[in-house]
Amino acid sequence: MNVQTLIFYFFATILLGAAARVVTARNPVHSALFLVLAFFTAAALWIMLQAEFLAIVLVLVYVGAVMVLFLFVVMMLDINYDTLREGFWDNLPFALLVAVLMAAEMAVVVAGRNFWANGSGVSPVIHGPEYSNIKELGRLIYTEYVYPFEIASVILLVAIVAAIALTLRRRKDTKYQDPAQQIAVRRNDRLRIISVETDTKLMKKQEVIQQTEQQS
Amino acid sequence: MMEFFQSLLGPLWPLVWTLVKIVVIVGPLLLAVAYVTYAERKVIGYMQVRIGPNRVGPLGLLQPIADGVKLMMKEIIIPSGANKKLFLLGPVLAMAPALAAWAVVPFSPELVLANIDASLLYIMAITSMGVYGIVLAGWASNSKYPFLGAMRSAAQIVSYEIAMGFALVGVLMAAQSLNLVEIVNAQKGSSFFSWYWLPLFPMFLVYLISSVAEINRAPFDVAEGESEIVGFHAEYSGMAFAVFFLAEYANMILVATLTALMFLGGWLPPFDVAPFTWIPGFFWLIAKICFVLFLFLWFRATFPRYRYDQIMRLGWKVFIPVTLIWLLFVGAMMQTPLGYLFH
Repeated sequence: MNVQTLIFYFFATILLGAAARVVTARNPVHSALFLVLAFFTAAALWIMLQAEFLAIVLVLVYVGAVMVLFLFVVMMLDINYDTLREGFWDNLPFALLVAVLMAAEMAVVVAGRNFWANGSGVSPVIHGPEYSNIKELGRLIYTEYVYPFEIASVILLVAIVAAIALTLRRRKDTKYQDPAQQIAVRRNDRLRIISVETDTKLMKKQEVIQQTEQQS
Repeated sequence: MMEFFQSLLGPLWPLVWTLVKIVVIVGPLLLAVAYVTYAERKVIGYMQVRIGPNRVGPLGLLQPIADGVKLMMKEIIIPSGANKKLFLLGPVLAMAPALAAWAVVPFSPELVLANIDASLLYIMAITSMGVYGIVLAGWASNSKYPFLGAMRSAAQIVSYEIAMGFALVGVLMAAQSLNLVEIVNAQKGSSFFSWYWLPLFPMFLVYLISSVAEINRAPFDVAEGESEIVGFHAEYSGMAFAVFFLAEYANMILVATLTALMFLGGWLPPFDVAPFTWIPGFFWLIAKICFVLFLFLWFRATFPRYRYDQIMRLGWKVFIPVTLIWLLFVGAMMQTPLGYLFH
């Protein structure tokens, strides 16, 4: 067993342990954090497969953005842990069925000859340090797979627009500021200088008051 | 000497050697963090016609050490309702990304711990994890003010990360590489006009301002708001609190270094002629980092704090459109005969 295999099993153990804790942890915040750990270790495994771009993007997108929003939502909710556990035994048979089906599907894929890189007689290529994973990926995305790539991005765009359209509701009583209008304000819009004539009667009155104060 | 240790440690040598290199980076970094706090107090002091710290040691130079000792002596209080493990994990998760990102930062063409192919992406990925420290600290404190502070801060960081990412896309388009060493080398020219601050000027501004927002500093310091609002670390004390501050200042130095590397030519001298090229590149880089750090301090002494909704408006409605338009512009210009201006 060489060092690389050791490192692989190290990460794989953490990954499986974290994944198991995602579903067994009592506190949803802990579950979300274990999911973060699972993503991170998965990224480490991908780096071992020389897929550094995918690994870093996994951390950037899932750990850096998606899971932060997950945590946000989970933390904001006032979750009663007991109601979460309710119906566990009722749903167990169905859940088991789904789990067995998924495991079977995975087994079919893994057992297939085409899953293994050297199954069809081709051994995996190990690239040197000069090889740029990102450049190769970029070249493929924008040449060979340009249509699927564009279609995928359009689907994502549609999803964004749909999400905004579904949740956007214009309330009539919303108060908001228009910064452009605020900046455009000039002195004359707000301020008026009035020249006031001196009230001679009042002046006299005040003089009288001052005099009486001094006398007393 | 090196061969002796190499033969002594055998297969463990790469591990030990990497650890030594890490210590060589992290040690001076933490010292720099301590003295950035000193510089901040001095600079802001003079800007406000005060003297700043001047009691501990000559010119107050031992003040950061005294502060550190004080914080270490203090008791770490864990609130009784807090989630103890996550409460202590919070500062660790804030600090770790701030240090881990330095692994790929080059200090000169040769002086870099890990010269990986996608160092820019690595930095973006690692720094995007800093927000977990803040969110966890706020939540695990089991107190409503830190929680609200953490929410404010997390939303701000996530929003400005997008603008920052787009600004960096501009840089990598111009340099045609994700490697920081190559990005700096691509800026090589006869003078400082060939650095990317000029062709990518809007991106430079967006990056600089977003990075101030990313590190939660004034005028975007709603996360902490020392003077009037209570931030995410209200329940922390002693060293646990100090770690958040160390992380903030380490992040500050990190974004200053990245700005220097990506927009201000890194270790390249401002003019490629004799008296400037005599000074080693490392010192040029340090000078540029200090300049950007000074800008951060200057901002803090100058601008009043943004209101929260205005922070969000600036990020989403101003910076993201500006970077998107400039990306299109740069992309289009690269296809014209004037494209050499953007390389």
